[in-house]
This record gives sequence, structure tokens and C-alpha cells, in this order.
Amino acid sequence: MKFLPLVWAGLKRKKLRTALTFLSIFVAFMLFAFLGAIKEALSGGVSMAGLDRLIVRHKVSLIQTLPESYKARIQTIPGVAAVCHQTWFGGIYQDPKNFFPNMPVEPELFLAMFPEFVVSDAEQQAWRSTRTGAIVGRVTADRFKWKIGDRIPLQSPIWGQPAGQAQWEFEIVGIYDGVKKGTDTSQFFFRYDYFEEARRQDKGQIGWCTVRIANPDQAAEIAAKIDAEFANSPYETKTEPEGAFAQGFAQQVGDIGAIVMAVVGAVFFTILLVAGNTMAQSVRERSGELGVLKAMGFPNGLVLVLVLLESCAIAMLGGFAGLGSAWLIIASGNPVPGLLPVFYLPVGSLVAGVLLAVALGIVAGVLPAWQAMRLNISEALRRVG
Amino acid sequence: MSYLNQMFAVTVFNLRSLPERKAAAITAAVGIAGVVGVLVGVLAIAAGFRQALTVSGSPEVAVVLRSGADSEMTSGLDREATRTIADAPGVARGANGPLTSAELFVIITLPKRSTGTDANVPLRGVEQGAFDVRGNIQIVAGRTFATGRNEVIVGAGAARAFAGLDVGRQITVGQNVWDIVGVFTSNGGIAESEIWADTAVLQPAYHRSDSFQSVYVKLVSAAAFQPFKDFLTTHPRLNVKVARQSDFYADQSTAVTRFITTIGVFIASLMALGALFGALNTMYGAVAGRTREIATLRALGFGAGPVVVSVLLESVLLSILGGLLGAAAAWFLFDGYRTSTINWQTFSQVTFAFRVTPELLGRAIGFATLIGFGGGLFPAIRAARLPISSGLRES
Repeated sequence: MKFLPLVWAGLKRKKLRTALTFLSIFVAFMLFAFLGAIKEALSGGVSMAGLDRLIVRHKVSLIQTLPESYKARIQTIPGVAAVCHQTWFGGIYQDPKNFFPNMPVEPELFLAMFPEFVVSDAEQQAWRSTRTGAIVGRVTADRFKWKIGDRIPLQSPIWGQPAGQAQWEFEIVGIYDGVKKGTDTSQFFFRYDYFEEARRQDKGQIGWCTVRIANPDQAAEIAAKIDAEFANSPYETKTEPEGAFAQGFAQQVGDIGAIVMAVVGAVFFTILLVAGNTMAQSVRERSGELGVLKAMGFPNGLVLVLVLLESCAIAMLGGFAGLGSAWLIIASGNPVPGLLPVFYLPVGSLVAGVLLAVALGIVAGVLPAWQAMRLNISEALRRVG
Repeated sequence: MSYLNQMFAVTVFNLRSLPERKAAAITAAVGIAGVVGVLVGVLAIAAGFRQALTVSGSPEVAVVLRSGADSEMTSGLDREATRTIADAPGVARGANGPLTSAELFVIITLPKRSTGTDANVPLRGVEQGAFDVRGNIQIVAGRTFATGRNEVIVGAGAARAFAGLDVGRQITVGQNVWDIVGVFTSNGGIAESEIWADTAVLQPAYHRSDSFQSVYVKLVSAAAFQPFKDFLTTHPRLNVKVARQSDFYADQSTAVTRFITTIGVFIASLMALGALFGALNTMYGAVAGRTREIATLRALGFGAGPVVVSVLLESVLLSILGGLLGAAAAWFLFDGYRTSTINWQTFSQVTFAFRVTPELLGRAIGFATLIGFGGGLFPAIRAARLPISSGLRES
């Protein structure tokens, strides 16, 4: 501890170099943190998926509908605790660029199936009593500055016009938040009974069902049973755990995600290489001073530790500052809610960043420190002056 | 010695002493190479995606959808409408009548070859006129499908990306089994991500009775588009929207291109900043290590200006070297690399290849030069303002 001023003095030796190295490392770690957030945004659905939920969709493709009567039939299968359905509405709010997912659901069943959506009791009550009522997630509400009581018109190219009106109109009765940070709060849910009554085609058809099973270990078994129930019917199903379903979507974007990650990872390491080399260079330049320390009686081991401390100090300062600022920026809001519904820095990335900062300090400093330790005192002293 | 001569002499002197400082120089060059390589890689993704969506978009082909539809999937046209569209003014005619193709667009799920997970693959029902309308469809394996049969041809991109799409195999879609009889290319365009079948056979398979989703029309010339469009949009019995194929495709690619470009630009800016600090550090170090030499030069009478220019030139040269290295690596590694992603606007996969264009490379190297310039300017000025006597005393 008493040698910390020595380490600090070493860093202040060439303030400009230290500052620039600090800044390079700062930027590299900021990049790393944003990378973590983007990766999580592209594939986060997988980690948020319910372990005890299955998705039942039309076997051919998600865009095909299933009959609503399937819900009751799925309920009778042993092992199934609850079933609820959703349908892709594809509603457009003013302009297709303002995209957000919107679906008709059965309020009580839906909220029970998805406890991660937090809706207050008063809002739930309002939803039950307002036929055209809808709840919207915090992210979308903030994006368009909607408040409870606003009337939202949506156009649906898929379902056409509702009976008796020019466009679909909903009243916001609640704004939901997610119970966890990674929960998607960009969606818009309205009542299925209103939807069924007002739509003019494909009545009685729904998009997909979510099934809660009593025992998550039986997922594969129950999925097979559900599919067997509807095999060879006009609407065959494919059932899979919610995690696998989300994974499939992540994989579809996936190639892009993996490529961006790999490519940015490369630059991250390149920037670190440069910073590392500079740190190593600064130690090599001061071998004369290290010779003086050794001549004064500092043990070799201590010299090694001092050099390592110096490189670790700057690496960790830069790294923590970079991770910290990125975390603050990310926490301040989602800059692209239309493209990435969730945007936060996962703890895993933070921890990995911290470990990388320490590793950088050690790796950049170890070779010069080792050389410094083994320095021949008289040779080193000759380099002074 | 004239100014120019001085500049030249000092610069050559600096460059010649570069081998003594090769560790630092190489690190700086590698740093810039990394930045350039990554920038090119990310921009190549956006360029490749856009290319796939627009290369086959011809201004002489028009796409007609139902009014209000934002993509083919949400559109619907009945047979009567498709007949009216085919008889509109401006439609090119072939031996068998107007060159049009009334089409159906659906999605099926097939596992990707790379991950085994399901992905949305476009299945398009076309009429025989489609080959003449598109103009660039080539059958590269097998043969085209026969009308009236459960046969499909698969695009080269789709065949590469999804499992089971080989000539001679079959795909089962619900209750229907289709034989894969051929593979086609379309000049690298979007159609290569699709599977094509006969509309008349696809309709009953999807319970669509007699409705279609879009009509692709070959116009007599690009100029014929406006009268064609006006005729259809003012027709009392039609409710359609008409776009040139090129505009339609460009429109369908905006979301993904915007996503990639936004993220790409953001990342590139951060990278550039990091590289700038790295370059500054390296150049300051380079100048600091040669304080005595520079002071000697100044004492000999070389002006401050040539010193500044020489340091700047050294930095710029190193960056350009690094930039060329990075550009070459990026071109070698990335150009033509095939991948696919989901286009949220059509909810189906688009296969495309990274595209490293000369323009992209030029921009990236220009970028590197800027970084080199920025990284060399302040160290150069510092070198020039060194007090000569104290400089001579430095070790």
C-alpha cells in the first residue's frame, strides 16, 4: 500500500501518454458494453422465455391461423395447466415505420399466463369493463407519448376494416411494465371478444396458443401429445417450448447478430493491442529508473509487482470508466425502440468486461515487468542520463 | 535549401529511420488496419443486403398490390382484377398475350442448414409469364416446373441456406407434397431466396380459391409506368397501388438496411475514436523518442514547417498502409461471403452476400487517412515547437 504513490507517480510521468492510453481503453470497453447490449437485444427473448410454457402454432408456418376450438382441445390433454391464444393483428399506427407488435388476447387468461407483465388491479378491472380497451407496454407508450385514456386508431391490412367503422379504435386503459429488465414492454394487447365481433373475415381463427404445463420436465412429451392430437387434420400443429421458439427467431436474425459480434470483437482486440503496446513501451522506457530502484534495494519481486500494478491500474481505470459510462448511457433510454424492443446491459457482459480489464492490465504488463525484474542493475543504470 | 527540398529531405529522413521504430509503427498500422477492416465488413453487410433487394428491381417492371397493403402478404386481388391489370395500357405483350404474372406469396418454415432451427422461407406461386416479366431467371440445375403439377423450383440462395432443398427431393407443406425439380438464379436478386411453384396449384393448397396477392407486369418501357399507374389507380372497379419493382424492393429493404447502417455507423464512430487515440499515442511516442534528432535538424537550420509536414506525412503514410492492409484483408475475407437474415417487412428470410465494392474500400481508406492526419497533427506541432537547446540535451 505504501508503494501506491510510486505507482501513481509512474503514471504521471508522461501525462499525455497516460491520458491517451486511458482514453483508448475507455473507448474499447464502451464498445464492448454496447456490443453486449445489442447482442442481448437481438437474442434476449431466449433468456426471458418461460420454462413452463409451450407455443403451439400451425405446422406449416406461424403466419397460418388455427381454429379457436383448438384451445379447448389442448386443455384436455393431461399435463396442461392453462391455455391462452394470441393472434397477429399487424395494426399500423399512422405509418408503417411506427411498427410495434399488437395482438388481441383474452385478458384474464393472458395476464395469468404471462405474470411478467405487471398490470395494476385497477387497470385490469378497467380492461375487463372496456370492450375496446387495450394495454400497452411502457416502451411503446413512451415512444408515442401515450397516456391512459388516449384513443388509438390502428389500420390493419391483414384484417381489413372492422364492421361498421373506418378503422380500428382502441382506448388505452393501462400501461404495463416488465417484472424483469429484459421483459419486452413494446407490445400492445386488446380484447379478443371485440376483435372477433368486429372482424369481417376468418372468424373463429386465432394465431397461436401458449400452453402452461404443470411440469417443465415433461415439455417434450406434452408437445408431442399436442401435435399428435391434431395430426392429419386440416390444421396440423407444431408445438415447442417457448425458449426454442424464441431461439428460432433469434437464429433467423442470428447470422447478422453473430457477424456483427465477431467483427466488432476483432476491433475491440485491435484497439486493446495498441493500448497494450503503449503501456509496455512506457515501462521499457523507464528501465533506467527501475535500475535505480533495484540499486536502492527493492527486491526483484517487488519491482515486478509495481510494474504490474501500474499497467493494471490504467487498464482497470479505463475499463471501469468505459463500462460505467456505457451502462449509464444505456440505462438512460433506448435510442431505437422500433428496432430493438429491449435494450439493457446484462450483468454477464459487465462481469466479462471487468475480467477483461484486469486481464488486459496483466497481459500488457507481464512481459515488460518480467524483463524489468530480471534487469541487470549496472546495465540499467547505464541507460539513465 | 528551399522549403520544398527541406520538406522532402526531412520526410525521407524520417521514413528511413522507421525500421528502428518498427514495433510502434507496426502496432499503429495494425490498429488502423483493424478499424478499416471492421468498417468495411459492417458496411459490406448493408451494401450486400441492399444489393440483393434492388439488383433485380427493374424500372420496367411494375408491381401491383391491393391499396393499403404494406407487403405482398397483406394484399389480396381477385381474378377479375388481375385480368383488368393485364389489359391496362403500357403492358408489354408476348407471343401468348400480355407479359404479366399474378402471384401468391406465402411462408413456410424450413430448418436452416447452419443451425438446424426453423426459419421462414418465402414460397411464391407464379404464372408462366413470370419468367418473361422478371427477365433474369436462369435454371442452373434440373428443369422448370410444369404447370398443373405439384412441382417447385428453388432459388440458389434458398437451396444453399435451408435444409432439404435439393433437386430430386420433396418438401411437405401441410397435406401437400411437392417435388423439387430445379434450381434457379436471378442475378443475385431477392428471388433467389424464394421457392417458386405454379400459382394455380398453390391456390387450392392454401384454400385461396381464386384470389392472388400481387401482379408483376412487364411494361413496354420505363416511361410507360406513369400512364399504366394512372389507369389503374383511377379505375372505378380497382383498389390498387402500383410501384416500380425497383422502388418496391428498395422500400421493402428499408428496415433492415436502416438497422444495419445505424448500428454500423455507431460502431464505426466509436472504433474511429479509439483508433484516433491509439494513433495519437503512437505518434506522440514516436516524436518523443526522436526529440534529440528533431532538435538537431532544427539546429542545422531546417524550418519548423518541414518538420511538421514530415511528421504528419509519416503518420498519414502509416495509416494509409494500415488502411490498405485492412481493406485487403476485408476484401479477401468478406467479399462474397454468403449469409441470410430475416426481413421483418416480409417476415421471411433474405439470402445475400457481403459486398465489398471499390467505393466502400475507397471510403474506408479515406477514413484511415483522416485518422492518420488527426493522429499526427498535434504531435507534429509539438515537435516543431520544441525549444532547440533543451531538445539537444534530451537522451
